[in-house]
Amino acid sequence: MCIANPQELTERHKEYAARAERFPKKVIVCCGTGCIANGAKGIVDAFQKHLADRNIKDFTVEAVVETGCHGFCEQGPLVVIEPHGTFYTHVKPKDVASIVDKTIVSGELLEPLLFRDPVTEQKIERYQDVNFFAYQHRIALRNLGKIAANDIREYIAVEGYQALAKVLTTLSPEQVIDEIIKSGLRGRGGGGFPAGKKWRTCRDVRSDFHYVICNGDEGDPGAFMDRSIMEGDPHSVLEGMMICAYAIGAKQGYIYVRDEYPLAVVHLQKAIDDCMANGILGDNILGTGFSFHIRINRGAGAFVCGESSALMRSVAGEVGEPRAKYIRSVVKGLHDQPTVLNNVETFANVPIIMHKGADWYRSIGCANNSGTKAFSLVGKVRNTGLIEVAMGTTLRTIIYKIGGGIIDGRPFKAVQTGGPSGGCLPEAMLDLPVDFDSLTKAGSMMGSGGMIVMDDKTCMVDVARYFLSFLVSESCGKCVPCREGLYQLHELTLKICSGEGTEADLEKMEKLSRSVIVGSLCGLGKSGPNPFLSTINYFRDEYLAHIREKRCPAGVCKSLITYTVIEEKCTGCVACITACAYNAITGDRKKPHFIHQDKCEKCGACVAVCKPNAIEVK
Amino acid sequence: MSDTAVSHDFSKLPHLIARHPQDPGSLIMILQEIQREYRYLPCEALKATAEALNVPLSKVFSVATFYNAFSLVPKGKRVVRICTGTACHIRGAALIQDQIENHLGIKAGQTTSDMEFSIEVVACVGACAMAPVVLVNDKYHGGVKVNTAKKILKDG
Repeated sequence: MCIANPQELTERHKEYAARAERFPKKVIVCCGTGCIANGAKGIVDAFQKHLADRNIKDFTVEAVVETGCHGFCEQGPLVVIEPHGTFYTHVKPKDVASIVDKTIVSGELLEPLLFRDPVTEQKIERYQDVNFFAYQHRIALRNLGKIAANDIREYIAVEGYQALAKVLTTLSPEQVIDEIIKSGLRGRGGGGFPAGKKWRTCRDVRSDFHYVICNGDEGDPGAFMDRSIMEGDPHSVLEGMMICAYAIGAKQGYIYVRDEYPLAVVHLQKAIDDCMANGILGDNILGTGFSFHIRINRGAGAFVCGESSALMRSVAGEVGEPRAKYIRSVVKGLHDQPTVLNNVETFANVPIIMHKGADWYRSIGCANNSGTKAFSLVGKVRNTGLIEVAMGTTLRTIIYKIGGGIIDGRPFKAVQTGGPSGGCLPEAMLDLPVDFDSLTKAGSMMGSGGMIVMDDKTCMVDVARYFLSFLVSESCGKCVPCREGLYQLHELTLKICSGEGTEADLEKMEKLSRSVIVGSLCGLGKSGPNPFLSTINYFRDEYLAHIREKRCPAGVCKSLITYTVIEEKCTGCVACITACAYNAITGDRKKPHFIHQDKCEKCGACVAVCKPNAIEVK
Repeated sequence: MSDTAVSHDFSKLPHLIARHPQDPGSLIMILQEIQREYRYLPCEALKATAEALNVPLSKVFSVATFYNAFSLVPKGKRVVRICTGTACHIRGAALIQDQIENHLGIKAGQTTSDMEFSIEVVACVGACAMAPVVLVNDKYHGGVKVNTAKKILKDG
């Protein structure tokens, strides 16, 4: 059913919103990738079956809503019962009958399913009272976990496409760009370049064709914000792209989605089809005469394609090699035409900025860094998941308040931000406000928003080695400094990890890093040495322990560690003997066991099964 | 295992290729379809694609070898993808990889001789909150432990 004009859109909004108000009771089942992996679809089926059987007033099958990612993936599958906001974690299909009988019918709580705060150890009843959510400020993720990802009516009910209608009917393209510049929105993909400025440059280039590309090639390992937005709120991305297209005068847009994100492709395609059917996308959008089309391109697994010129070549069906940037892609991009490339989160912010105004957006965040930023808070933190906070929130608040601190109460060692191009920040930096400029100044970067927390069991030399090995395999090979320089850096970290490094190697690495930064063609190489530079800067002692004492303090580097049984703690349960695939452990039942070092492959199988923690790694 | 040892029905090929606009811009998308159908890119398919799009075979080959998603050798029925993203690495993905490689007797990038399993390591599958993650075909297994890694191969 085509929406012929903006008035009709407003009427639709009123109709859908009124319907949502009439039926406030809902069972919200998180169907993000994490929860689906944990069996969320089975929960949805079970609810539908039970609600259909029971015939409860105002609680029909339609009350079951499959939403996008809530962000709290480790606790999944998640179920929220509205309007009260009762929050259940780790729900299993067998729990559904009692949720319907007790919570939905008689309003009772099911204690075992409630979330237990890892710090206070108290059970928490409502969604909004869980610390993980309470300290967040959600703008880009505003609809995640609230509306059904696959239903355009739900998006329209929460004032979706109102910003587009306002832009198309009341603002000139210039005014749109002015508003985005005024809002201070900076690109959320890594560099933090002001979005409005980029749009203006693109608009000012005379050409018959302008293009909008949404970068959904979230290649940073450890980051999944864009995935969750594309899967859980695809319409906000489309609306942002449409507003951008109007502002720069584009008729064709592309969304470049990573190969590893099949569900995102399905949901985006459904959203595009629904928009086409409703007259919100295609020719003569909302009867205003503005036309715009969007096509999805799937990536094929190449990290370098997150780089703008490489991505554009990939969209054109070619090998994703970057080119030198003396002419920027905003001037000469896809098919050599002026092109705006922003990432998913940036576009998701655009509709709400146009709807609520630049002043509102600027009031959030801190100087020169307005708004919020989504992060994937993962690693050795208690509450892992997807979060969004106002710019300027400190690392401490994020890790200890939202994240609930370090797993098992172990000491915090470092937090890694910015993906492979970013850096590791030590404990002394915990009070650093998180924004583009502060992170860069501290020697790391914002990147797309991965935030990986590390404890004392994480070896920083190994982390540097890990990122360098990633970059070596992802370097496209076009320019020598990146291809050969990163390779040599990686070889040297391997040498240090195996206990054969020297202090002269460190000097060599620092020198080589500088050459790679200066000589590389694109961002991948230019920031490639960062994993080494930031770890050597803040954790030189750990490098020296590997070199001088031939010791890995964190107990990670295999050549430098041994597994031994602590005799006093060993109960002689033979679990480790059974688990060891190399027959390296011997001993009698109820007597301390023994690990034969000549046979031990340091695979960690014994530690995983040892209940009394009687195996020491050092 | 050599390419010729696997017999394929190539009659579907023209249809797979024709689903996309016949211009060089469709190259990656067509190769993705072929990879999905045959679980690798057979030589015949590369030739047919080059012909249909009127691009040199060398260009098709360069794209096919540049991107990680493409393989020129056949893959096993079940592809075990071990995520080695940062979050998974920190939570011990390397130890999980050891276990799976040992159990199947092959290394990452290889396929068992009975064509049942292939092991791949991937940079990040974007399920970081459930680290460490292993995918068996399209099924996600989160929170994998050293002593449970073998079990997920049975579950499929």
